[in-house]
Amino acid sequence: MVDPISVLPADFVAVARYHVMHETRYTYQGAVSLSQQYLHLSPLNFRYQHVLSQHITILPAVADSVDGQDYFGNATRHFSITVPHQVLIVQSEFAVELARRPAMEQLKTSLPWELLRDTLLQSKNRATQQACQFLFASPHVSCSRQLQEYALISFTPGRPQLEAAMDLTRRIFEDFEFDGKATEISTPLEEVFIGRRGVCQDFAHLMIGCLRSIGLPACYMSGYILTHPPEGQPRMVGADASHAWVSVYCPTLGWVDFDPTNRCLVQTEHITLGLGRDFSDVTPMRGIVLGGGEQKLQVEVTVTPLPVPGS
Amino acid sequence: MSNNLLAKYSPQTDSYDEMLNAARLPRAHWRTILDSLAGETPEIMAKRLEMVQRQVRENGVTYNVYADLQGIQRPWDLNCLPFILPHSEWAEIEAGVIQRATLLNKILVDVYGEQNLLKEGLLPAPLIHGHDGFLRPCHGKKHLDDIALHFYAIDLARAPSGRWWVVGDRTQAPSGAGYALENRAVMARTFPDLLRDLNVRHLTDFFSTMLDSLTRWGRQCAAQSGTPLRTSEPPLIVLLTPGPFNETYFEQAYLARHLGVPLVEGNDLTVRNGKVWFKNLSGLQRVHVIMRRVDDDFCDPLELKADSALGVAGLNLAAKLGNVLIANSLGSNLLESGALLGFLPKVCERLLGEQLAIPSVATWWCGEPAAMSSVIEKLDRLVIKPSFPQLRQFPVFGQDLKGADRDQLIAAIKNNPNNYVAQELVKLSQAPVWQPDNAGSLNACSIGLRVYAAATPDGYVVMPGGLTRAATGTDTRIITMQRGGGSKDTWVQARSDTNTHGSNLARTITSHELVRDDTHLSSRMAENLFWFGRYADRCDNITRLLRVSLNFLASVAPTERGSEWKAIKTVCARYELIEDPDKPVQPSQSQSQSSGKTAAQLASLAPGTVKSESQLDAQIEATLLRAIVDPDVSGLARQLQQLHSSANHLSERFSIDNWRVLNQMLPKKEDARAALTQSDGMVILDDVTTSLMTLTGFALDGMTRDLGWNFLSLGRRLERLQFQCFALQRALKMDASGNLDWLLELSDSIVTYRARYRSKPEWLPCLDLLLLDESNPRSILFQIHGIQKSLKKITVAYGACGEEKFALLSRELQGLDKDADLFCGNEKLIELLASIWIAAAKISEQISLQFFSYTGQQLNRKQA
Repeated sequence: MVDPISVLPADFVAVARYHVMHETRYTYQGAVSLSQQYLHLSPLNFRYQHVLSQHITILPAVADSVDGQDYFGNATRHFSITVPHQVLIVQSEFAVELARRPAMEQLKTSLPWELLRDTLLQSKNRATQQACQFLFASPHVSCSRQLQEYALISFTPGRPQLEAAMDLTRRIFEDFEFDGKATEISTPLEEVFIGRRGVCQDFAHLMIGCLRSIGLPACYMSGYILTHPPEGQPRMVGADASHAWVSVYCPTLGWVDFDPTNRCLVQTEHITLGLGRDFSDVTPMRGIVLGGGEQKLQVEVTVTPLPVPGS
Repeated sequence: MSNNLLAKYSPQTDSYDEMLNAARLPRAHWRTILDSLAGETPEIMAKRLEMVQRQVRENGVTYNVYADLQGIQRPWDLNCLPFILPHSEWAEIEAGVIQRATLLNKILVDVYGEQNLLKEGLLPAPLIHGHDGFLRPCHGKKHLDDIALHFYAIDLARAPSGRWWVVGDRTQAPSGAGYALENRAVMARTFPDLLRDLNVRHLTDFFSTMLDSLTRWGRQCAAQSGTPLRTSEPPLIVLLTPGPFNETYFEQAYLARHLGVPLVEGNDLTVRNGKVWFKNLSGLQRVHVIMRRVDDDFCDPLELKADSALGVAGLNLAAKLGNVLIANSLGSNLLESGALLGFLPKVCERLLGEQLAIPSVATWWCGEPAAMSSVIEKLDRLVIKPSFPQLRQFPVFGQDLKGADRDQLIAAIKNNPNNYVAQELVKLSQAPVWQPDNAGSLNACSIGLRVYAAATPDGYVVMPGGLTRAATGTDTRIITMQRGGGSKDTWVQARSDTNTHGSNLARTITSHELVRDDTHLSSRMAENLFWFGRYADRCDNITRLLRVSLNFLASVAPTERGSEWKAIKTVCARYELIEDPDKPVQPSQSQSQSSGKTAAQLASLAPGTVKSESQLDAQIEATLLRAIVDPDVSGLARQLQQLHSSANHLSERFSIDNWRVLNQMLPKKEDARAALTQSDGMVILDDVTTSLMTLTGFALDGMTRDLGWNFLSLGRRLERLQFQCFALQRALKMDASGNLDWLLELSDSIVTYRARYRSKPEWLPCLDLLLLDESNPRSILFQIHGIQKSLKKITVAYGACGEEKFALLSRELQGLDKDADLFCGNEKLIELLASIWIAAAKISEQISLQFFSYTGQQLNRKQA
């Protein structure tokens, strides 16, 4: 498990800096008289990411608001609105800097995957014990023989665990097609596996399911990714989106992140909001409203690179 | 002597016998009761049995069976012989239960806190992290006095050796204590002497101790959240129920009544500013303690199961902030996993430094490879259960499985070993049940005992008694109320040198505890009463309307019909029984079969055809007949269903008799599609009218006139007022020559009219009777005065709610000049009726807004 930190470690060297603007807008058909919401929209402070500033703006004005931290160390906010309203806007704006992560060459130094699988549950190491939380099925991630068989093609006997994970990342990218219309968040993993289509959440859930099905811990990362506008064109505001990827536990390197949607080892273009067993643990915005009728949801995300001082 | 009683008593020789010792002689603690039974004539025993059954019936003790939707409530099965435990034996059980409750509480606090048991390897990670019942949002909560398990139940069984074993733990929302209480109340009335002679301990102290502890913690919650209570101000404790469809709803209502706390549903509560509030008629009232019977993950749709309609959004946050105490704390279902049992002995030594006093039935969790292989080896002698209650599987007996089924189970275990536990079969002990056959005798049946413990700041206390469950079904290996089973009162004897003073009945209420009104009437309850009133009267109106229309069709030939026929049809259309006669038939709708359509739309013939009068009549008749029985179209059957469902939400306020009437009226499935003849239809309508009158009789004569009754009455009067206004308006628009019989019949006033005038109805006397005659319970003025009266009572309690408007209308009505105003076609009268109709609609809306739904923070100030 990634240990969230509140104090910047002395050896933190920033190699990238970003500003993120994430706006969620709900428009309701009728008036909502009471809205209660639970947010996972604040960025995580941890080994590879330092939060420089952060602010959430909510319209209309909230009646009450409570900030907290969830089981996984993610920052949360509860709020409620008691004035009748037809539009709800939540803007999360923040700046973070990122440190360098393990590089591709380091992956082959990891342990043979069976060794990790067979020793995990007996380990007295605190980080390893914590990692065991991410070994089991969760609301959006089932484990199955099918997923196990799919994973074993990458996890050949004796193969270094992270190298195999990178291979699995590539295979999911190649075998599955990105399709924003094929699935919903409630689509079961089995269906995604058979249909071979989906979005980043599906691919993250799928890869997590594969790893857990062969007895390795894996967690779900929620956040954003820097997109590159076509050569010579300016960055469009609001064109980016929320993103999801996978973190794999390694006793020597700690948690190492893989992005099956983009076939890459996560380096310095992924900005982390939170982590959990799957999407349900870190849903950016969950709420209950009274009244309102039909609702329309619009989300706009803009990730802007900032210059890193001194580089 | 008790010899003949025991003639047929033949317990299984390989089980422990609760009554007879190895020499087949009665054990000491059974002698008194056996002697007493032997001394009674069969007639007296039969009477006692009858008395038990009658009390169960009259008190409405029921158990809901999920599988059975029609007869949802089944009478509780209480055997008239108690289960007796002598003092010395009880002392051992008591100590063991206290130890186990203490242990389980510590485990719960640890798993939802530091997790040292996991770190030390005393609990395996898959058992917690792989458990769907481990609710991560509930982790990290601080518990008052370090107690997360406030109320606990344990299922015990006695092995052939005479030793007690733990079969299971109930840590989430243990059920049955209310039934135990009710069982005692019934037994105490039936066998008062025996209870005294056997020195049986009381149950009621246990509940007051539990309430005292909750009160104390409730005070601490209030203080913790910055709003301490004054000494004279008690904290508000509520019992949260999943609602009347839950299997043990009766018990929840009974317990709430016994403890004197409001029984609330999720919709009655709301979280604002991290605090929990009870929506009752005075506004929002702060809640300090929630005793819950709703499952963990259903309690908060915001942080837990998102699609739960039973919970309260934000409840977990309120609990975490320490603003409310939830008993038991959210997430406590975790401990109900059978997989935990095997690890308890070691954990007990680690946490309490002592041996587990009452052992658990030998249990193997297949998640351990060694355990799995030995389970598969001796499958025939084991019962296989799911490791986690969330898996919702029934236990399977290894010995019942043959061939492919057996292989399938083994494969499933191997595939997912973490999900299975195996338990040794327990040979249950046997106790006597009374058989009321010819002379009466005793039979043997298997029993299990459920015992309850409650937390106090100084440790756990155990209820001196419990719920003994008897396997009365054919499969004596399973005791579950869901599959049918009996219960027994459990008699724990006091030490011989102590005297159980006082009565064994519920404690006596003193004069200052007298309750005259339901001070905690929830908004939901008031709303349901209001709508019950409305639906009951709507059913009545529709029934009369159907009767009048069908009669008219059958008895007045088309050529003899005047303008009254169109008036009748318009009223029918207003209540969606037929298509509006003024509206052209829309061809596109005529063939659609969707259930949202009126019967008229469904039954109308193909468009474009010109129909003869008799064809039209036949069509309307068919439409009306269908509206009587088919709930798929709007009409009587559907309204009766609505009435029934609003009654379901009021079930604790209705007697069994009330229910019988309500059930009788429910449309029968076989009638819905049958082709009804006119006379069949009339028979049903007559029956419904009679039943509705009976129901009204209950409401008038059988219900206390508290504030809740006022809401019921208000709903009824408003519904009737609107119906009468509409019908009268429509009648006034007829030709002056139009026949008035239908209007009088519709208003149930024909008998009065005939008695008074003995002539064909005329406009003046008819309008006087239906508008202004205050002695006629169907007149407009009667309704208005009734509404004023109810609104006044509500105003006194909660402040103004629009009663003035009705005073005005009443004056306007009384100001009418009988000679100048009461005539057919009078526009002024029609307008007045229209404005009364609107006033009724407005007050209905206002009442809803002011009392039933709270969206802001406004309060209805209660006047001193």
